[in-house]
Amino acid sequence: MLELDKVQAGYGNKLAIKDVSLKVEDGEIITLIGANGAGKSTTLMTICNVVECRAGTIKFQDKEIHRMAPDAIVKMGLCQVPEGRHIFPQLSVKENLDMGAFLRNDKEAIKKDMDYVYSLFPILYKRRHQDGGNLSGGEQQMLAMSRALMAKPKLLLLDEPSMGLAPLVIRQIFEIIKQINKENNTTIFLVEQNANQALHIADRGYVMENGRITLSGPAQELLANTDIQKAYLGI
Amino acid sequence: MDYFIELFFSGLTRGSIYALIALGYTMVYGIIGLINFAHGEIYMIGAFTAFIVATVLSVYGFPLVSIVIISGLAAVVWASSYGYTIEKIAYKPLRHAPRLSPLISAIGMSIFLQNYVLLAQTSDFLPFPTLFPDLEFMEPIAHIIGTTDVIILVTTIVVMVLLTLIIKFTKIGKAMRATAQDRTMATLVGINVNNVISATFIVGSGLAAIGGMLVAAHIGQINFYIGFLAGIKAFTAAVLGGIGSIPGAVLGSFVLGLTESFATGYVSSDYEDVFAFSLLVLILIFKPSGLLGRASNEKV
Repeated sequence: MLELDKVQAGYGNKLAIKDVSLKVEDGEIITLIGANGAGKSTTLMTICNVVECRAGTIKFQDKEIHRMAPDAIVKMGLCQVPEGRHIFPQLSVKENLDMGAFLRNDKEAIKKDMDYVYSLFPILYKRRHQDGGNLSGGEQQMLAMSRALMAKPKLLLLDEPSMGLAPLVIRQIFEIIKQINKENNTTIFLVEQNANQALHIADRGYVMENGRITLSGPAQELLANTDIQKAYLGI
Repeated sequence: MDYFIELFFSGLTRGSIYALIALGYTMVYGIIGLINFAHGEIYMIGAFTAFIVATVLSVYGFPLVSIVIISGLAAVVWASSYGYTIEKIAYKPLRHAPRLSPLISAIGMSIFLQNYVLLAQTSDFLPFPTLFPDLEFMEPIAHIIGTTDVIILVTTIVVMVLLTLIIKFTKIGKAMRATAQDRTMATLVGINVNNVISATFIVGSGLAAIGGMLVAAHIGQINFYIGFLAGIKAFTAAVLGGIGSIPGAVLGSFVLGLTESFATGYVSSDYEDVFAFSLLVLILIFKPSGLLGRASNEKV
């Protein structure tokens, strides 16, 4: 579904990711784990062409997308929930969801999808007239994911959904990620520092260090790998 | 008492004009963080377009109502196309440059447009045709408020209401707000940010053109330099209200207009600008983000 081949990208004259190659298959949950500053977020931003891809190719559904405009990529069904959630602070919860459906024109289906995300996160329905900036961190994460779902993505990129949240909320968010993957057959590409949680729900995983993919394999294998246990799982 | 009310209405008229121009400053600033110093020139070009079209039409003896409508539309369309083009030529290539570069580019654009109109037209003051004759039913209150003042006030109110509705409820309006609040995220939900920026320049320029035409018709003359002071004043009003905030720009404009009007009326017209800018300094000392501006921690 998504294929990166020797992708390079960076900021200024510094490369943040070097020769990154990875593959996401239809219907999978894939996770990319690594330390702070390893290049995980840059990888996602490069996929969405917010950061320019300097070398290599990115293919989505067998079509090269690394020269396409960001809005055209969203239109193909590739959506991202960026790190730090990026809620529009002075738009209401409902308006934030409307923005998620910005490229769609099918009013009734949009209404149905809004009801669906409200059923996933009833708290958002309760707060639908409040400004997005007034929500708590956990509610903002729920809103950010719901907003992405409003675009009816085929592939959803999630950047650190657990960041700064209470353990109970994290568990809830991960449950929902699994649910989205199963119910809507949405492929998930999950970037996490919380390697333990991420590997437990993922099918496969990639490990990133200093801008390079250093290890990859089925999630269960990575969980059992002693190096990873030491470096990322704290065992 | 009559004198007070007269000054009050004349302040509102001034404020309306400032508001029409200030909105362009504040909307552009809200979206790309740039003070568009060429905005005053857009106002001037709008006034000139209305002047040329209205003069030609009145020579051919068109009825007054159609002259007003056609020259107004021409001013809006022509000024908007200037605004659109200026953004593409002078600002878009510099979008990732340091903040100072587009600012200098804006000042350059302003000087260029002034001199271009100076060369293409003339440096003399030209008489603007009378577009709004004194209406008879205004006679009893004409000593307090003139017909043109009423027309300016009503036009401004209608335009503001329309703009508010557009920004609040239409798709492009929501996209503008979203882009102003978080440009990266706007890109990620599929908003074409370039189109939103263009739309902002077009709307802002159209508003300034309406302002230019109204003022020129009010004062009755026009030259290439009128955009400079009007631009500075409107910019002051936008800062006063909190730059980036649309209600702030409107409020700031009325506060500035009323201050000037009362200062002129009760003190002396020589002190008009002194009062206007003293007010700006005072408000910025006690409320640096402006009357309705949000305090931000942005480092400049």
